[in-house]
Amino acid sequence: MSTPPSSSSAPIPTLASPGMRDAADDSDSPPSHMSEDSDGSGAGPGGDTWTPDLRGTNGGNGGNGGRWAPPDQVLENVLESVLEFLTAARDRNAASLVCRSWYAAEAQTRRELFIGNCYAVSPARAVQRFAGLRAVVLKGKPRFADFSLVPNGWGARVSPWVDALGPAYPRLQRICLKRMTVSDDELALIPRSFPLFRELSLVCCDGFTTRGLAVIAEGCRHLRVLDLTEDYFHEETEVVDWISKFPECNTSLESLVFDCVSVPFNFEALEALVARSPALRRLRVNDHVSIEQLRRLMARAPHLTHLGTGSFRSEPGSSGASSVSDLATSFAAAAKSLVCLSGFLDVNAEYLPAIYPVCANLTSLNFSFASLTSEELIPVINHCVNLRVFWVLDTVGDEGLRAVAETCSDLRELRVFPLDATEDSEGSVSDVGLQAISEGCRKLESILYFCQRMTNVAVIAMSENCPDLVVFRLCIMGRHRPDRVTGEPMDEGFGAIVKNCKKLTRLSVSGLLTDKAFAYIGKYGKLIKTLSVAFAGNSDMSLQHVFEGCTKLQKLEVRDSPFGDKGLLSGMNYFYNMRFFWMNSCRLTVKGCGDVAQQMPNLVVEVMKDHPDDEGEVDTVDKLYLYRSLAGPRTDAPEFVNIL
Amino acid sequence: MEDAEIRKRRGVCSTALLLNWVGRTAEQDQEEEEEKTLELSLGLPGGGRRRTACREKGKHPAVDGSVDLSLGYSKVVPNSQVHTSGWLDLRVSRKGLDGLVLQLPDCFSSDNLNLFGSLMAHSKANGSPEAVTRNALAAPNNNSSRTRSPGAPVVGWPPVRASRRNLASSSRAALEQQNVKKAVKAEETKRAPFVKVNMDGIPIGRKIDLNAFNTYEKLSVAVDKLFRHLLAAQRDPRTEECPPEEVAISGLLDGTGEYTLVYEDYEGDRVLVGDVPWGMFVSSAKRLRVLKTSDLSSSLITSNRKRTAADC
Repeated sequence: MSTPPSSSSAPIPTLASPGMRDAADDSDSPPSHMSEDSDGSGAGPGGDTWTPDLRGTNGGNGGNGGRWAPPDQVLENVLESVLEFLTAARDRNAASLVCRSWYAAEAQTRRELFIGNCYAVSPARAVQRFAGLRAVVLKGKPRFADFSLVPNGWGARVSPWVDALGPAYPRLQRICLKRMTVSDDELALIPRSFPLFRELSLVCCDGFTTRGLAVIAEGCRHLRVLDLTEDYFHEETEVVDWISKFPECNTSLESLVFDCVSVPFNFEALEALVARSPALRRLRVNDHVSIEQLRRLMARAPHLTHLGTGSFRSEPGSSGASSVSDLATSFAAAAKSLVCLSGFLDVNAEYLPAIYPVCANLTSLNFSFASLTSEELIPVINHCVNLRVFWVLDTVGDEGLRAVAETCSDLRELRVFPLDATEDSEGSVSDVGLQAISEGCRKLESILYFCQRMTNVAVIAMSENCPDLVVFRLCIMGRHRPDRVTGEPMDEGFGAIVKNCKKLTRLSVSGLLTDKAFAYIGKYGKLIKTLSVAFAGNSDMSLQHVFEGCTKLQKLEVRDSPFGDKGLLSGMNYFYNMRFFWMNSCRLTVKGCGDVAQQMPNLVVEVMKDHPDDEGEVDTVDKLYLYRSLAGPRTDAPEFVNIL
Repeated sequence: MEDAEIRKRRGVCSTALLLNWVGRTAEQDQEEEEEKTLELSLGLPGGGRRRTACREKGKHPAVDGSVDLSLGYSKVVPNSQVHTSGWLDLRVSRKGLDGLVLQLPDCFSSDNLNLFGSLMAHSKANGSPEAVTRNALAAPNNNSSRTRSPGAPVVGWPPVRASRRNLASSSRAALEQQNVKKAVKAEETKRAPFVKVNMDGIPIGRKIDLNAFNTYEKLSVAVDKLFRHLLAAQRDPRTEECPPEEVAISGLLDGTGEYTLVYEDYEGDRVLVGDVPWGMFVSSAKRLRVLKTSDLSSSLITSNRKRTAADC
């Protein structure tokens, strides 16, 4: 059933290929256990040891006339114990393809299952193959759902998975979900099905409320990690005091992240919880936590490594408002352990100097929700000499980025978000800032940069100064905007990036781009796994360049570009090697998509229309989402989704 | 780029067009021939290229080469599209009530392409500049004749998650800050417009109060004073002694100096400083730039100056 995948032809997809890994995840937050290439926690030796049984079917050390295990059995047992050491899914996928016995041994010993597209395989099939899972990572909706491009009700409900995993893996410890719909009832299944449950991580999920959180808190007695990151939390009718539901004895909590759960909660309960959680190292609170409350929490948790500071503002009308030096004392006490600081959700800039005592030790700083001017930010930046990850709003300005370039020579990841995410906003950073960063932060590996003005020269400079770039995402917010100095398209800039940054695996392009840019991408972007295209290119040749050239392409997202059926068809030979292809607001027709669906049986081709009741427009396709799948067309598609 | 804009600005005071170009095949061009079209001719920067072939379009031939956009109505005969070196024909067709879509014929090559993707403008027919901009932006990229409703914002662009939208307006502090800024801005535009001045090659900008001067000469002197030191510091801090020798920045207004003063108005057009009456300049200038004269074509500047003199 398994065939070794060849790099060029389209193999019959096996369970191995949908699990094929992609590196840098597009998760918007530091925790990287959503990435396929990471080793995953708890799955390696020492974390969860499994000792092979070399004694054969009868127990006992040779006593009671115990039989020796037959040679094949021994070999298999040895194999299983060796495979134990393989943790990365890519390695495991490769091992499983060697031969039948390796396949079986691997299936027995895989501890973490990564499924990049929840519709690529049925839960039953996964359960059938893998006997001993301890952790499951599932991703659901396409990434463009984050930008309101996927209508509500599209799918990615976790219920079929929870229903299947429950009976199959009573020892399951960890569930990580990204872009899936999780209801409170489904959350309630977790403590019931998995008595040893330890870690729940929900990223960009929706559908649950504080009621579901309460069930988790109360039911999962061994909970170590509860991470809620950028989930869509709707206002509820009645907020449940979920924090009070944690066990009253000392807990095993190591990480509690709930900054996106932006409803009031019982602070005293949280303070008490923190006080009885000696293992707590990561705490990120929501914006209903004031400076005074933050200080109390910090006093209770002196060994925190990751802190989300909440509002970073004094309680309004508070008589006992903390002074800046009081707050600085709190931070000084935390200086030895704190390496990651975030929050600042409603920051009062006057309090910023309080964090100076920890800045020198910080490796990660997230100011991306803090509207601070460059004058307010630069003094902080100047203290952060060891920074590796910096997220900030574009109010930092080119001058602020210059300060980063001068101070943070070790910077690996930079993200500059727009304060005003509209096309014609002022935009406070430009090519000047990018150039400065490229000159000062030579070890840069990942950049996400929103701006209004850019030049090819600056992008080329970055390509030359930062050869270690793995992720390059540039968003020039004005559509079709050319080089601000020369008026030329941005082709040469992006061309230089793909040419000079030989480790590049993820690329997002923007600005005025012609087919030439895509010719460059196809020619040089040999390691690119994820490509995002918007408002770019002039003809279907662009897509053809990409499909033919980017041999490692896994995920392709395209919007609002002049590509039609011809471009789509040029990818025919490559779709089985990819996880998915998304295309919206281009020039596709139902016929073209239908042709693809017909010729490729293991591909699910979903098309959606924005206004299904428009007459005379039956032929056009507004949204196309196609993905390889062993499960066939899904049965839970809503009526606005047409599976061809 | 700047050339094209400036040239354009010179001749046609009140018209220009938002270009949002999308490549199309020749077959599609032919389908369009029956539609009413606005025709646009755009010269490439680098100055002085003239049309070498006459077109059968009838109306609005270019006025001597170094020019301006000319707008008018005509039927385009597809087969007669002669593609000469350096000139592009852009056809704009109307889709629906208000939408404008611009298509470039397929035969242009990117080697020749040196124009701004977006020139701000408004057309008499369609009223306010904002409406046309929005409409053109809303023009569809697919070949269905159904357009997005004019003025509809593009969904999910720029691509930031919901938690990051409305950051500017969500927090209390930001709201206060914004209100304060708005109030200040309103005040400023009423009485004293501080405009930013940026000089080519110098990352640090400055701000000046235009109301503090009443002639172009005084403005020029002020700009010189502001940037003289920065320019000297930029020159080569390592080899020059400190303080580095400061050279006056002259000839900003007449094109004789190394740098020339240019301003941007509220529509985003770039205009040479010095041509309109001072009061009009103060009320329309949004920011100033000091650009290298060599970046602007010198013949252009002189020819423009002559024309302006003639117009006034």
